[in-house]
Amino acid sequence: MSYDVELIRADFPILERRVGEYPLAYLDSANTSQKPQVVIDAMVDHYERHNANVARAMHVLGAEASAAYEAGREKVAAFIGADRADEVVFTKNASEALNLAAHSLGQGLKPGDEVVITVMEHHSNIVPWQLLCARTGATLRWFDITDDGRLDLAKAAAENLINANTRIVSVGWVSNVLGTVNPIAQIAAQAHAVGAVMVVDGAQAVPQLTTKVAESGADLVAFTGHKMVGPTGIGGLWGRHDLLTELPPFLGGGEMIEIVRMTGSTFAPPPYRFEAGTPPIAEAVGLGVAADYLAELGMADVAAHERAITAYALETMQQLDGLAVLGTTEVGPEGRGGAISFTLATRDGLDIHPHDVMTFLDSRGVAVRGGHHCARPLHERLGITASTRASFYLYTLEREIDQLVEALAYTRDFFGRAA
Amino acid sequence: MSVEAMYQEIILDHYREKHHSGLREPYGAQVTHVNPTCGDEVLLRVQLDGDVVADVSYEAVGCSISQASTSVMSDLVIGRSVADALALHEEFTEMMHSRGELEPDEDTLEDGIAFIGVAKFPARVKCALLGWSAFKDAAAQALATKES
Repeated sequence: MSYDVELIRADFPILERRVGEYPLAYLDSANTSQKPQVVIDAMVDHYERHNANVARAMHVLGAEASAAYEAGREKVAAFIGADRADEVVFTKNASEALNLAAHSLGQGLKPGDEVVITVMEHHSNIVPWQLLCARTGATLRWFDITDDGRLDLAKAAAENLINANTRIVSVGWVSNVLGTVNPIAQIAAQAHAVGAVMVVDGAQAVPQLTTKVAESGADLVAFTGHKMVGPTGIGGLWGRHDLLTELPPFLGGGEMIEIVRMTGSTFAPPPYRFEAGTPPIAEAVGLGVAADYLAELGMADVAAHERAITAYALETMQQLDGLAVLGTTEVGPEGRGGAISFTLATRDGLDIHPHDVMTFLDSRGVAVRGGHHCARPLHERLGITASTRASFYLYTLEREIDQLVEALAYTRDFFGRAA
Repeated sequence: MSVEAMYQEIILDHYREKHHSGLREPYGAQVTHVNPTCGDEVLLRVQLDGDVVADVSYEAVGCSISQASTSVMSDLVIGRSVADALALHEEFTEMMHSRGELEPDEDTLEDGIAFIGVAKFPARVKCALLGWSAFKDAAAQALATKES
């Protein structure tokens, strides 16, 4: 069956909403995606019929809830291409997964050690490493970008960025601002060549690309549920089993232990070692169904739709005078994800601030994001303070892009009227 | 209330040409205020001459509402006594928290009344208050420095 966007949209009740007199054009999926009815129903059904705590409740409901929680893990593991289900640790979100990685990987770091990130990272893949370096005395270094928004690999090589002192390299797979798809396997090979661990922030990649974590070259991959048609409150950290087994715990509490004595404790094997306290159970059920939903659509088709809709958006948006796209405008198989950030100016050159753009688009039914998109250093690097971002997903229609472009033209002309 | 009505001509004029913009010497106190969610930032200086606001200078980035509001604020407070300027801060803040239901006094707030429409958009109220809050903070610090 061919990929039918209208048919897919029927699975997402919220997409029928109107905003005032306009149909909703939800172009903020890189922020959070909408949820299909099957995910919503699965969570309601869990609460209505199977709710109990996991692992520790020994009754029928407890067994059902535990089985449902672990089934969610298996579905997610299969979806991201993990070799084993126990390589998937459930967390609250991708941020927590990256904090887990920074804490557990970073415990032995000392002055002289280096951690490498990139200037295009989301704050979630910057701040945990800054905190780690502040705790341990290690040095934080980063990849710069080229003018078209790609990692500057040549400059990194010239600076000997990844070297014998490098202990951890952490890179975003797909930029949440520029849409750039980064060469994870290539950087992982460089990291491994010097004995460093490769961490990948997959928050924007897992929802959009066919993901095979086991073949990606990464040692740890963080992702989140709510950007892949799943619920909020759950994300995950995939890790190679042998690495997870070596890592010390992050958060302490219930269910992550083996034996607790007042003089000290021993810890459960992964993934439980990293899942202290009652986990997001209904969310794991919902995320499992979300993974199945995506798998049924077919991630190759989802990715192809993303490329097609992004190409259409780039073409129509760039016809607007005064609009400048940040980063690459090339859509190849590995070229670009479905987030387009841009600046907008009036015909006489007045920059219209993204918050003003956002307010105007919102009044015409178009939901986008304005600001630094949790990537302030990237904006600083680009010499701007903020941008407006339109981001697309498996349910995005060309007519929503048209609605966006019309609203942008209107906004530009409104701000230009005083000229 | 439409967004078109919120973005009054006065606001766009001040956004195009920010009054008293740029950092100047001398100054009694300097503060940085930000709206972390949207990235609006203002670095603002206040210079007092006795109990009169001799100068307000600033460097700011942000949306038209925050920029225009800072510009209008500087027009209003420069040359006034600190007490009068802080009373204006009170009056402006009260208007912004009125959900647009207050009848603003043009005799005192002058161009500031253009922001009454913004008061109907709760998400943007903090944009309009950024420069004013920075002024209040800097004025208090400048006073404290003088007295110590």
